[in-house]
Amino acid sequence: MQVQPPIAMLAELTHRCPLSCPYCSNPVELTARESELSTDDWRSVFDQGAAMGVLQLHISGGEPASRRDLTDLVRAAREAGLYTNLITSGIGLTEKRLAELDAAGLDHVQLSLQGTDAAMADRIGGYKGGYDRKMMVAKWIGAIGFPLTLNFVMHRGNMHQLSRAIEMAQEMGARRIEVATVQFHGWAMQNRGALMPTREQAAEANRTVAEARARLKGRLVIDYVPADYHADYPKPCMGGWASTGINVAPDGLVLPCHAAQTIKGLEFDNVRDRPLADIWQNGSAFNAYRGTDWMQEPCRSCERKTIDFGGCRCQAMAIAGDPTATDPVCVKSPNHAKIRDLAADFSAQDEAPMTSRVMDKTRG
Amino acid sequence: MTPEGIPYLPRGVRLHFDKVRDNWVLLAPERAIRLDPVGHAILSRVDGKTTLAAIAADLSETFKAPLEDVTRDSTEFLQELANRRFLEVT
Repeated sequence: MQVQPPIAMLAELTHRCPLSCPYCSNPVELTARESELSTDDWRSVFDQGAAMGVLQLHISGGEPASRRDLTDLVRAAREAGLYTNLITSGIGLTEKRLAELDAAGLDHVQLSLQGTDAAMADRIGGYKGGYDRKMMVAKWIGAIGFPLTLNFVMHRGNMHQLSRAIEMAQEMGARRIEVATVQFHGWAMQNRGALMPTREQAAEANRTVAEARARLKGRLVIDYVPADYHADYPKPCMGGWASTGINVAPDGLVLPCHAAQTIKGLEFDNVRDRPLADIWQNGSAFNAYRGTDWMQEPCRSCERKTIDFGGCRCQAMAIAGDPTATDPVCVKSPNHAKIRDLAADFSAQDEAPMTSRVMDKTRG
Repeated sequence: MTPEGIPYLPRGVRLHFDKVRDNWVLLAPERAIRLDPVGHAILSRVDGKTTLAAIAADLSETFKAPLEDVTRDSTEFLQELANRRFLEVT
């Protein structure tokens, strides 16, 4: 098969983060600081990425500002020719540091929003004063003039704040808001009882987004990740496995998606051992579900197989117990009733505890 | 989008030549849009100084195409970018 180069790279610089959101997309086994790639390692990763065709670099974590060399890394990425997008909670960014990032050529900032008021945001993020700090950072971002995307991460506890989040994006001068319902992997998987939206909430969010998109056309772009446990068709995860995106974890492991390590049996290569382009083209994990040959029925003969690519492999693993199965979100999946029942059960667990992300279970 | 409007690429949106795929792309926040030769011809004339009317006139002359068609196509193309906040007009 002819392998097209990736367009986007997600660089998870570190798993360290001052926040402890219960839906963190990092793996449950976090990487310790001692195991993180060095500045020079990352520089090499960016150079290799650009040379193989990566255009967009998403600099993420954990909290990327927890890396002291963040500015150097942004500069290195720009020198490599990459478009640099900083995905941050804002915590750890000062006015001075933002000015340095500006001088280093940072292209765009994506600021996360855990809630639209301090009570909600600080409870979810587990960091007192975090919300007020974030609002300061948003002002500084606006003053410098960085293009801004606000990323509102939504779940049962804060979905009622969606309209306000959209207003806040406008007040901050954001060009775009990403409204992302929590996807259930890793930490979020352990907190499904506390986080799962109800069916009514999911429908209400669909309506709110549709109305706001029409009203704000040309002023605010709304990207929307709906609650997929309540959907009829799966999300086109990663635009197809190993087709457009490549992730590099803090310790240099190269992953087809951030949750790929939940698929047992896949083996991942490390940029410390093997060139990035070789991993992308020939790495066994990348080739495991590339294209459509790996598909079973009902995907194999489905007219949507090149629209949603069978959905999410990690979700197929988690719910159907088989990473080559149809994503159970799909109405055609034999496991669809199961995900419907899970969604109904979890969304009714009003007393469910919420476990914050903790750093103690580190790997490395 | 009027003929007197002056389109420009806002901060965070830029043209980039993709050497690996051998084509021009418009890089924008979390998006990379592949440009065909027409799209590139239009955007390479967007400099924050030239009106849409002047851009269309230049394109019409360069490509020996009817002004009316060129005006319609460039307006449509730039309006679509503006809807996605990848382009502004003064």
